[in-house]
Amino acid sequence: MEKPLTGNFRTDREAVSLAEYERAGGYQGLRKALLMAPADITELVKKSNLRGRGGAGFPTGMKWSFVPMGKDAPHPKYLVANADEMEPGTFKDRALMERDPHQLIEGMIVAAYAIEADIGYIFLRGEYECSHERLARAIAEAQASNYLGRNILGSGYNFEIHLHASAGRYICGEETALLNALEGKRAHPRTKPPFPQISGLWGKPTIVQNVETLCNVHHIVSKGPEWFRHLSRTEDGGTKIYGVSGKVKKPGLWELPMGTPMREILEDHAGGMREGLRFRGALPGGASTDFLVEQHLDTPMDYGNVQKAGSRLGTGTMVVLDDQTCPVGMVWNLEHFFAQESCGWCTPCWSGLAWTEKILFAMEQGKGGSRDLETLTFQTKFLAPGNTFCAFAPGAMEPLQSALKYFADDFRRHVDEHRCPWR
Amino acid sequence: MTVATIFIDNEPRQANPEQNLLHACLSLGYDLPYFCWHPALGSVGACRQCAVKQFRNEQDTAGKLVMACMTPVAEGTSISIADAEAVAFRAAVIQGLMQNHPHDCPVCDEGGECHLQDMTVMTGHRSRGYSFGKRTFRNQYLGPLVNHEMNRCIQCQRCVRFYREYAGGHDLNAFHLRDSIYYGRHEDGVLESEFSGNLVEICPTGVFTDATLKRHYTRKWDLQMAPSICVHCGLGCNTTAGERYGSLRRMVNRYNHEVNGYFLCDRGRFGYEFVESSQRIRYPLLNHQVATKDEALEHLGSMLLEGNVIGIGSPRASLEANYALRRLVGPNRFYAGVPDEDLLLLSTILRILREGPARSASLNDVEHSDAVLILGEDVTSVAPVMALRLRQSVRQATMRIADGLHIPTWLDHAVREAVQDAKGPLFIASSYSTKLDDIATTTYQAAPDDLARLGFAIAHAIDATAPEVPGLSPELETMIAEISTALLGAQHPLLVSGVSCRSRSVMEAAAQIAWALCKAGRPANLSFTMPECNSFGLSLMEPRPFSEAVRAIKSEQASTLIVLENDLFRRVPASEMTALLRGVRHLVVLDHLANATTEAAELVLPAGTFAESDGTFVNSEGRAQRFFQVLAPSTDVQESWRWLREGSVAAGFSNETQWQSLDDLITAMATEMPALGAIPAAAPSHSAAGKIAREPNRYSGRTAMLANISVHEPKPPDDPDSALAFSMESGPGTVPPSLIPFFWAPGWNSIQAVNKFQSEVGEPLRGGVTGARLIEPSQESGWQYFSAIPLQFKAQSGEWLLVPIFHIFGSEELSRHAQGIAQLLPRPYVALNPIEAALLGVKAREQIKVTADGAQFELEVMLRADLPRGVAGLPAGLPPLDSVLLPAFCKLSPIGAEVSTRGAP
Repeated sequence: MEKPLTGNFRTDREAVSLAEYERAGGYQGLRKALLMAPADITELVKKSNLRGRGGAGFPTGMKWSFVPMGKDAPHPKYLVANADEMEPGTFKDRALMERDPHQLIEGMIVAAYAIEADIGYIFLRGEYECSHERLARAIAEAQASNYLGRNILGSGYNFEIHLHASAGRYICGEETALLNALEGKRAHPRTKPPFPQISGLWGKPTIVQNVETLCNVHHIVSKGPEWFRHLSRTEDGGTKIYGVSGKVKKPGLWELPMGTPMREILEDHAGGMREGLRFRGALPGGASTDFLVEQHLDTPMDYGNVQKAGSRLGTGTMVVLDDQTCPVGMVWNLEHFFAQESCGWCTPCWSGLAWTEKILFAMEQGKGGSRDLETLTFQTKFLAPGNTFCAFAPGAMEPLQSALKYFADDFRRHVDEHRCPWR
Repeated sequence: MTVATIFIDNEPRQANPEQNLLHACLSLGYDLPYFCWHPALGSVGACRQCAVKQFRNEQDTAGKLVMACMTPVAEGTSISIADAEAVAFRAAVIQGLMQNHPHDCPVCDEGGECHLQDMTVMTGHRSRGYSFGKRTFRNQYLGPLVNHEMNRCIQCQRCVRFYREYAGGHDLNAFHLRDSIYYGRHEDGVLESEFSGNLVEICPTGVFTDATLKRHYTRKWDLQMAPSICVHCGLGCNTTAGERYGSLRRMVNRYNHEVNGYFLCDRGRFGYEFVESSQRIRYPLLNHQVATKDEALEHLGSMLLEGNVIGIGSPRASLEANYALRRLVGPNRFYAGVPDEDLLLLSTILRILREGPARSASLNDVEHSDAVLILGEDVTSVAPVMALRLRQSVRQATMRIADGLHIPTWLDHAVREAVQDAKGPLFIASSYSTKLDDIATTTYQAAPDDLARLGFAIAHAIDATAPEVPGLSPELETMIAEISTALLGAQHPLLVSGVSCRSRSVMEAAAQIAWALCKAGRPANLSFTMPECNSFGLSLMEPRPFSEAVRAIKSEQASTLIVLENDLFRRVPASEMTALLRGVRHLVVLDHLANATTEAAELVLPAGTFAESDGTFVNSEGRAQRFFQVLAPSTDVQESWRWLREGSVAAGFSNETQWQSLDDLITAMATEMPALGAIPAAAPSHSAAGKIAREPNRYSGRTAMLANISVHEPKPPDDPDSALAFSMESGPGTVPPSLIPFFWAPGWNSIQAVNKFQSEVGEPLRGGVTGARLIEPSQESGWQYFSAIPLQFKAQSGEWLLVPIFHIFGSEELSRHAQGIAQLLPRPYVALNPIEAALLGVKAREQIKVTADGAQFELEVMLRADLPRGVAGLPAGLPPLDSVLLPAFCKLSPIGAEVSTRGAP
């Protein structure tokens, strides 16, 4: 099968060099794009059914179509790569950036050209030092080869990329909080509308896009939307980098057709559960997605099907729960992370997550009561979309609400037995 | 303004489609709880308290929870406040806030006027389910004015939004995240913003509270309160005074849409403590001995009978006090208690506002100006709340950026994001760089004469028939073109100037620009700052110049001098004063604080401060406003006009029936002086408004308060001067807006209760804007341009031009005596440009000898690179420098050096 995203990866795990990248067809997509009208590129991306790979799954072409274009549009316009990968259990963007940095750069330039952007930023998770080093080098190489800068490849198009390492905090991965952080302000989200396409970075039209999404863009231009759609096994176009972590035999990352069933990923690629362990459930797309359990194992992993099963594809990197690990402890671990990362802007999130985390910790210590169980259920409704300022807290509630549903007995046992039965 | 019909719990109501739903619901009188929204700050959607259920259409029965503050009013909008899910959600938000909130109410200063308390009760949340620990903080010392207690914080963001975004401050910030955000400074220290005191009202809980009140704490419900006017500058911000047990406790903002709006400055909020200063004179003093009231009046009467009495009025005494003195001594023997130069400046302002086409701007007009030139004024230090309004004015022109992106004006952070650093045109030309410079488009520092020349040149650029100013540099010509273009391109241009430079030319130049704009079809407003709370009023009294009083005394045509509420030693050099005083046989002084003038007096009569008097001040806009007594003194303190009246009766000049009440005096004053004809309209008379209690109905201890003296409850003091009563008992009927003693409504104990008194939230109080404007522009077209253009300032060899540098704390006489503010006064200094200092051979903080206006001082050197060459600065109004009449040329010599050396400029 074709692996446009990972096909160039080297076995020694070093970055694909510029020479290797070009030999493999790199920057041909850019050359082709520069001969097209920007709006036509957006059309291609629309037809390809590419959806955002950062977690929300919003149709990428549609997202770009809201950017004001033409001579009356405000400038400068910005394209921002959201490389602040901090979702627990997610490590796909790291692989893309460390192993093939030029792929991201080419994708960014084509995407920027499509929206007539002038300046690009890569907002990179601060801890990704290796990515930082390799991206910085690749940007310099691209600059030297006139893929970046002024009059790119003689096209008259100007575009520059700045690499910015985040100072930290998970909420910076939320696209509007990212913009605030990039502007040097406190990283709390913004309300939408107005959308970043209208008032984004420094109040100018901006597209924020996930790394994996961008890496697909020039391939679509090179080989066309039909090719892209045919890579997939379902309606959503392209391949997907799926990941598995947890107590499986072979945790890792694999580029597979979009819509590959969960069972296939877990058993054929991740090698199934470790010896002596049984599968209890998995968070299909990182920490802020609902558990899917055994009955869901045949779900094709694309946006629509996972949603029908009661969860979200999210980042497509699964966190697996085995039967020897306490679900309450796992959920506490996740909620501890979320409570810690609440930006503090809206009351339900900063208050509800703190209370949730404290209850789960107490439960693990055997000090949880029935009222606490009621409170947990209450919080999953209180921290619902629309009740909070952004999607962070509703995401934080997804593992909890699904754990309360599927592992209700385990919670009950903690309360009734005044202990964690797994210890 | 279009109107939309919206449905609130199925009731059709009219609302303004330019507002958000929270604003509309509150204006319609609904009790919808909120925290982070504020009418002056707009919506950010942080607290989630104002949730309502919104229905898409009639078929939609489930609806969706939305935040009212983030939802626009639109035709047909249908919401429910009473929806069960919305009610439960709002209570759940309070529950969330209460997780970390300490059980502080009994010991918290905010209790009884706490917005969090009010909203908690409003949502019905009662019982605590949270059993875990609460996060706590170490508090910071933020200065003597504002107290810090972070454990109470509910993270509503209001403090930093007001302090940083609205007031332009830098040193208060939000630190950390999640449920332990910390609002404070990077380190302990005095808050730098002049508006930090507003935090005590902006904060909905007890995080930021009034540190001066804390020293003599009283619950709001226990305070006796009255509507008052700030006495610490010429803007006349409306305040509410609160007292208990006969001592003044605190001042808070009293909403006036045209004047102060929602905010005060720190001088106005915390300056009140002078009323309780140990320097207060509370009994008559006869030759420095305490005398009885009868003895004092007897003496006054016999002095008056001797004849040859002259009176010196005061720009900080009420109209009534000044008028009473004027009546007593006669208009030809009533003199201004300010140097002649100042009187000339004030009468120049009057003439400009009367004769020309430009209108005197209210502070609300200032805020809505879309291009501003400040000529020769340090607004932040002299008229602080105007500076706060100007900070909002630079947002006016840029609102079109947000409009273009269809972002509603009230969606505060989205507007600020779209606008970024763009600001409307604000130009500041002053003798030193001011704190407002940080939002200015262009600034220019020069000596006063050069500021005037710049102004006249701008007027000429706008209208070529205005006199020209030749010989300006190319840089100045560029600036002139920039400024004149901006002013001409504006819908509401504004000129700000004032008396601080002590330059008539500067003010005339400002007027010239405004008149040129009016001639060009751009209705320009003018705003002149004035130093004291009744400077405008004093000038309307047509006092004779002070120098004529001196002459009268010297030529022995004055035996008795009555000085009204004025420390003349601050107005003229000590040597001149001593000579003056030797020339009169009797010196009578009416004042409230002991000072050099009272020390020299034969008879001192204890005058009431604003807290113990009723009266009228005219602010720099020309608005007459009435202030009302909050406490009935148990000592001999009474209004100055009453002393003068009783002295007149004692001398047999008038009988007991004259001016028995304030209204009689006001009527007489308005009748005799047409310029003051509108004074009675400033507030309703005693009989017109029924009976209005100064005490809220939870006021405690009324019957037991004096039981240690006598168990018989005394009759409450009478108030013949106003409809207000020293009582808890109110008559029926609505209270006229100028007489509202405190803002309180059922369920709204905090200052947010003001919502219930406004015609619409953020609009004037119901009943109309209070106060009476006394001057409107002339309809005649007979005005002429000013033609006296000063020559370019030339630095003089061996001398420097001393200009006054104003300080919000220190330059004003009364607030210096406030205990909190006294800790923030600057040390006396002389400011020099570093180049000048180097030429003189002095460094910062070294001492230097300053000789000016016949006086000599040894002062610490402060370096200021913004001072023009040949110019030095002295802190205005700060003792012992307050009597130096500035601007004045001075000699400077390093200590030890005989002659000052000064190289070429």
